[in-house]
Formats: sequence, C-alpha cells, structure tokens
Amino acid sequence: MDNASQTTMSLRDRWQKLREDYRHLTGFKGIYGVLTIVFLVVFGLFAELIAPHAPNRQDLMLALTPPDWRGPHVLGTDHVGRDILSRIIHGARVSLIIATAVALFASVAGVFLGIVSGYFRGRIDSAIQKVAEIFWSFPPLMLAIAIVAFIGQGLTIVIVALTAQRWIPYCRVTRAETMALREREFILAARSLGAGHWFILRQHILPNVMLSVIVMTSFAMANAIISESSLSFLGLGVPPSIPTWGGMLADSRSYISSAWWMALFPGLAIFLTVLGLNLLGDALRNQFDPKLKAH
Amino acid sequence: MLLYFIKRLAGAVPVLIVVSGIIFALMQLAPGDAVTMLISDEASEADKARIREAWGLDRPPFIQFLNFLGNALTGDFGMSFRYKMPVIEIVMDRLPATIELAVAATLIAVGVGVPLGVLAAARPGTAWDAIASAFSFAGISMPNFWLGILLILLFAGYFNILPSGGREPWGLGVEHVTGFLIIDSILAGRWDALGAALKHLALPAIVLGTNMTGIITQMTRAQVLDALREDFVMTARSKGVSEARVLWRHAFRNAMVGVVTIIGLEFGTLLSGAMIVETVFAWPGIGSLLITGISSRDFPLIIGLVLVYTGMFIVMNLLIDLFYTLIDPRIRMN
Repeated sequence: MDNASQTTMSLRDRWQKLREDYRHLTGFKGIYGVLTIVFLVVFGLFAELIAPHAPNRQDLMLALTPPDWRGPHVLGTDHVGRDILSRIIHGARVSLIIATAVALFASVAGVFLGIVSGYFRGRIDSAIQKVAEIFWSFPPLMLAIAIVAFIGQGLTIVIVALTAQRWIPYCRVTRAETMALREREFILAARSLGAGHWFILRQHILPNVMLSVIVMTSFAMANAIISESSLSFLGLGVPPSIPTWGGMLADSRSYISSAWWMALFPGLAIFLTVLGLNLLGDALRNQFDPKLKAH
Repeated sequence: MLLYFIKRLAGAVPVLIVVSGIIFALMQLAPGDAVTMLISDEASEADKARIREAWGLDRPPFIQFLNFLGNALTGDFGMSFRYKMPVIEIVMDRLPATIELAVAATLIAVGVGVPLGVLAAARPGTAWDAIASAFSFAGISMPNFWLGILLILLFAGYFNILPSGGREPWGLGVEHVTGFLIIDSILAGRWDALGAALKHLALPAIVLGTNMTGIITQMTRAQVLDALREDFVMTARSKGVSEARVLWRHAFRNAMVGVVTIIGLEFGTLLSGAMIVETVFAWPGIGSLLITGISSRDFPLIIGLVLVYTGMFIVMNLLIDLFYTLIDPRIRMN
C-alpha cells in the first residue's frame, strides 16, 4: 500500500486495517494473555493494597473455613486459618519475580551467547555449543532440583537454578537466525563499509532476532512459573514463610479430604496464569513469526 | 549403522563425566558436614573421624570424585547414607515402577493426542479443531501436581472408585520376577492382581500423560496439515483416492516421523514430571526416591539417581536420532 492511499484512509478503515494486521494479537488468545500479565503484575506489585487480609495472619479458630462469597473469607481459609484469597494474591509476587528474573537473565545470556556463536562460528561456537549440550543433557528441572537440594532454598537460588537451563533455547534459536543473517547482503554491505563486528552484532543482528526473543520470552515465563511452583510443591522452592502457589498446594495435601478449597484455588491460579502466557506466546508467534507458526 | 551407534554412545561418556562433575561440585557447596547424616551430631570427634575414613569422606574432593568415577564405571555408585545399601540395588529395585508409569503415560498421550490431532487437521477451523486446540493448551498449561490432587479428590475421595496412591494393595502376594507389576501379574496368571495393578496405575498415568497429550495433539495437527499440503496428497486425490485414505495412508504416515520425534524429545519432561507425580501418588519409583533422598540429604543416592536420570535421557535422545536416520534416508549420518 502506497503512502497516498494511506493518507486518504478514513479513521475507521485505518482502525480495521490495524485490527486485521494484528488479528492474532487482538484475538482471544492475545487478549487473554495480556490480561494475565496485567493481573500478575498488579497483584504482584500491589498485593498489600488488594488482599483483604494479611497473608500470614493465622487464626486457628477460623481454620479450614469453607469458601463463602459473602466473605470475610471468600475462598475459605487453610489449616491454620490463613485467608486463601489473600495468600493467592501475595503468591503472585513470587511468580512475577521469578518469571521476570528468569526470562530476563536467560534471554540476556542466551541471546548474547547465541549471536556470538552464530556470528563468529569456529572455536567460540563449538565451545558454547558444548556447554549448552552438557547443560541440556540434564532432564528439565533435574538440574534445578540438584542445585536447590545442595545449596539450599531461597529466591536467588531458585532464579539461578531455573536460569541454568532456560538460556539454552534462546541461544539455539538466535544462533540459527544469526547464521542465516550473516550471509545476507546488508551485513556484507556493513562489513565492506568498515563496520566492526560488535557494531554489526548490536546494530544489525540483534534487532533482527528480537521478535523470536519476544515470542520465546512468553513461553519462558510460563515455564518458569510452572517450574517454580513444582519446586515449591516439593518443598524445594523459596522458604515456606513466603506464600507461593506451589507451597499452598503442598499444604493442601494433608487436608485433601476435608478442605478441597485449599487445593482448588491455588492450582487454578497457576493453571490460568500459565495458560495465559502460553496462549500469548502462541498469538505472538502466529503474528510475528510465520516460519514457526503451527498454522 | 552399528558403528554410528557405538560412536554416538561413546560420545555420551564425556558428557556423563562432566555431568557427574557438576553434581559433585554442587555437593561440595552444600552447607554442613556430610558426616552428620551418618552419625549423631553429638558423637565424639574420634567417632566422626572414624566414620569419615570408613566412607572416604576424609579425602580431598577431587580424589573422592575420581574414586566415584572409577567405581561408577563398574556399576558401583556407592552406599546410600540412609538405606545403608548399595545405591545401584535400591535404584534397580525402584526403576521398573517408574518405567511402568512412564510407558503407561506415553501410551495414553499417544492414544489420545494422535487421533485428536488428526481429527483437528482433517477439519481445520471447525468446532473439532477448536476443541482439540483448547484441550491441548489446557494440557500443556496444567500443573501435574494440581491435576493429581484434583483427581484424587474426585476419584478416590468423592466417587471412591480408584485408590489414592501406592502401586499395589497390601498383601497382593504377586512374586516380583521382572519388577513390572503388570507383567508379573500376567506371568503368575493372577488376573485379580492385574486389575488391582491397573487401578493403581490409572490416575498417575493419566496425570503424567496430560502434558504430553497436549503437545502431541498440537504437533500431530501441525504435521498432518503440512503433509496434506504436499504434492503427493494432491496426486493421490487426483487419482481418486478416498479422503479417508488420503488422510490416514498418505498424510498421517508422513506426519508420524515428526510425532515420534516429539515423543522422544518429551521424554525428559516425562522423567521430571514423574518425580512430581510419584510424590503426589506415593508411587514407589525412582522419582519419589530422589525426593526422599534430597530431604534426608543422602548424597550418594542423589548423585547416583541424577546420573541414572541423565543417562536415560541421553540414551533416549540417541535412540530418537537413530530412529530418525532409519526412517528418513534424507538425513545422512556423520
């Protein structure tokens, strides 16, 4: 479409074209995914303001109160009388921190190693790929479990443990893309104009791999949240004093026959969040990366 | 072919050595003194020194590691702190339960995921497609420990038709010949025992298979859709081959290569998932053994199990590569 016809477009046409261009993101998957992130961020940042009760306030007189929509404990209480809804809202904080940190560290490390590997090839490439191969030979979550088991619990350790493998998909995808990019004319042109390697990596390669990185980040965050809750469920996550969805589910196991609400709601929080991030990743992939598209 | 296999297998050895090195290094970072796992903290220094020497804990870490490697080559992974038995014996005793669970989960995932994926690909954009898509996204996003708890709540608690955990009822009295309870029951001709074993297996296998079902559904759909666009499908159609035959004989068969690869790639996730599912259902496999080992800080058991897991994962990937080269002559071996 040329500029002339674009300027004569009515506002309505333009809006429809925008919608059509971004139809994957404005569909159900995209909107639900974005809403998930909004909820996660708002709950994570403002848990104190939103939660009706303090997450760790115990009241044994009110232990195992069933859910009651008229309140005060809308989703019921747990075995020591803590409010389930408030704990779920506070639990969003750990999920948010871990998902953000793991995705950030993994993408920075993975993309850097991936583009360096794909651009310079040779010995740097084989060294980086060897390291990736070794870290990838642990079954998923196994390395994280080993790290937490030996070094101990804590937010930082969980982040390190989950990043230890998560950088590899970023590295592999950006490496492959860089290898294809470096043969393209605009890179050769930049080279012949005397541009340095780091300049080319930063100015030409990096912007061209960013779309795949964004798509992968949505999936990486989903993976981080489900992994963290698995670790917390096994008692290998953050210390039990911090409310987490996985930890709440671990607590629920002893009361499974008497208090179904202890199991239902925290699990639902994990499921809906992970679902949202997976759907968003799919929408982003369909929108921006037709090559990876699953039709 | 055989040479290629041996070469690839030999290539896995250095990886396993480095993997054990990483685990050993992590073990050195563990706070506290390993000897307190074996003897009370109040024991005299002389007793502690004696225990240290007996278990080889007094030697420098690097020497300990070399000793471990040397022994591991002969299948000796040391003695468990907690069970006071050779690690390899405990692992071998527990391994069949995990394999049984993993195979059952894979069968469920293939049995549900493949037909669902083909159905969705045959009618893209219809309600069938939407249902398959919703089902697969739900499966992929489902935390398996939550699904496990919910199914226990429903089938063991509310309906009371399936057991909530364990692998066999107490006093079943089937001799463990192979260690695979289903095979052992059939060998002994005990159909009641087979029924009991299957009942115990049902929930854990469904839970473990859910995630894989979702992925197989999506991948089958994508692969079959791809195959349906190929020239040979158009040729078949123009020859007047029926649509069902085009779908199953032409498109589906070509799509299977990709699907089998996915099953292999998902094997690692299945192993990790099994750790959690075994814990939820008190399934006596190596996954729940590892979690017990971690909580009792049984270092020899942990390192042995991590190596067994990683070894299984590496071998599985190798088998998938081999399958790929066998099935698709376009992929050259080098």
